[in-house]
Amino acid sequence: MSVEGVVQPVVRSAVFSMVHVPGIVLSGSKPRREIVHSKNGLRQQIVSNFRSFADAVAYPPHQVMLGNLPPEALSQIERPWHLHPMPNALPEGPGGRFIDEATFYAWMARGDCARLLRFNGNLPPAMETALAAHANGAKIQKIDKTAMADAIVNGAEPFFMGDTNPVGVLLPAHDEDESLMAPVLLENAAAKVTGAIALLDLLKKYNDLPVDHLLGCGEEAVGDRYQRGGGNLAKAIGEMAPGSIAGGTDVKSFCAGGIHAMLFGAALIASGMHRRVVVVAGGSLPKLGMKFRGHLQSGYPILEDVLVGVAIDLTADDGISPILRLDCSSFHRLGQGSAAHQMTDALSAGPLYAHHLRLSDVDRYAVELHNPDITEPAGSGNVPFNNYQILAAIAAKKGEIKREQMPEFVASHGMPGFSPTQGHIASALPYLPHAIAGLTTGTMKRVQFVAKASLFLGRMTGASDGASLLIERNPSLISHQQKKGG
Amino acid sequence: MDLEEQGNIARLVASGQHDRMVAMLGTPNPASTRMVAMTLRDGDPSYAGPLAGIPLGLPVYHILEDQVRENIDPDVYEYEVGPMEFVLDRDGIINALQFIREAKAA
Repeated sequence: MSVEGVVQPVVRSAVFSMVHVPGIVLSGSKPRREIVHSKNGLRQQIVSNFRSFADAVAYPPHQVMLGNLPPEALSQIERPWHLHPMPNALPEGPGGRFIDEATFYAWMARGDCARLLRFNGNLPPAMETALAAHANGAKIQKIDKTAMADAIVNGAEPFFMGDTNPVGVLLPAHDEDESLMAPVLLENAAAKVTGAIALLDLLKKYNDLPVDHLLGCGEEAVGDRYQRGGGNLAKAIGEMAPGSIAGGTDVKSFCAGGIHAMLFGAALIASGMHRRVVVVAGGSLPKLGMKFRGHLQSGYPILEDVLVGVAIDLTADDGISPILRLDCSSFHRLGQGSAAHQMTDALSAGPLYAHHLRLSDVDRYAVELHNPDITEPAGSGNVPFNNYQILAAIAAKKGEIKREQMPEFVASHGMPGFSPTQGHIASALPYLPHAIAGLTTGTMKRVQFVAKASLFLGRMTGASDGASLLIERNPSLISHQQKKGG
Repeated sequence: MDLEEQGNIARLVASGQHDRMVAMLGTPNPASTRMVAMTLRDGDPSYAGPLAGIPLGLPVYHILEDQVRENIDPDVYEYEVGPMEFVLDRDGIINALQFIREAKAA
């Protein structure tokens, strides 16, 4: 495996920031568009179906996100999972932490470098407490009810805490620039702040090495009218961290951005250019409430009420953390075919078979891990299950298993989906904390991370995209454990 | 089948050679197979799209049917369909098509 002169990259940690933001669901793309055209109290219907922070924390898939519950445990819990909250659930775990809406708004104030936030002069006590505790000394600008109403008429985007009175607004940064309209800026600011929370939490956990470079992998478009989507949100996220971080770059490929960024980060380490690279991303505000219609029809709470950020720590080999097999990775190539089975063959079987490994040699596959309780009521199916079925079918076609063994393959190499439908976040990344544990203190040998992207949604190509990365138990750890075992 | 697809099919059929056309489905389950087959034969049952009230009467087949498979190069079939044969509910899809064909005959 090791090649002379090449540094072996490892993945040391992945930390998620989960933020419960029902008040911002109303700014999600779908609710926002539909509430405007609604004549039958749709806004109130949505608000009445919000869940509490405690309910969001106790929601079993969220406990899996936080690393307090293994994904496989969800198979033993009857669906829909919101009817079976976890008793004594904690808002933090080895995979990250959960924060409430008031705390998030305080973080928004902390990240408001353009001074565009205005808070309601008459805030709920919880909001005042959160601003005092978490705004990190940022100046809180308050305006009265009339000024707030005027701002909204002039393009400011309101944000809420439950009821109809906004707790604040984000002002537009320009009168005519569509890229600097308030809804766009709110989306970008939410991504920046959720990414920063995850980054700061990671740096609290590991502060032994300076971060040489940040790679952003989110899906938001940051820039003004002359460079819409120009980006480098990574550096904006890094700016909120204490100390000096050398540089940042955004890596874009829709939902597959995370795996692309991990591959590039690993390559920067392998080349010797950097010793530590952190892949960061914030949450996707437009996707909040995306499938609210299905949830309302099913009598569910609005389940897409959570923003998720992530920070993934890549370093040079530490002799313990799982190694990133750059030689057994894959980018989807033009001409490889975009049908689901063609992509799975190219991304999963392709690199494995090239290294004389079988699909059955991988302990677990992390694919698009969307929570099926969110997607199924809206008619989008069980995304991870469908992906695992295709993997199993390819294993059967290749003669690794018999066709009748497909359900067993799905059960033993797959897992139930548990991620909020946060696009790039949901694409394989939520399994990282579990994989790192399984490949260090657990019994797993290898895990493949696979992400796919619908590039065609941007109307510039008919193509799809994807990338895969194999992560393995560190060989030094294996020899250490063998010696220890006698 | 979305409204844009219905419009494209309506235009294609209107451009001529209706008698030389068949519809080949790649629908993923029995329900969608039945819905699309009905739309292409009798018109849009939801009366929402460009094919509302337009019975094209096209013969409809599914890519998983034996009579279709037998007429396709095995290598091409393997590349384009391959493992999906193991994933999709082939019997349910074929039964759905059979139901539509028999309904037409009746």
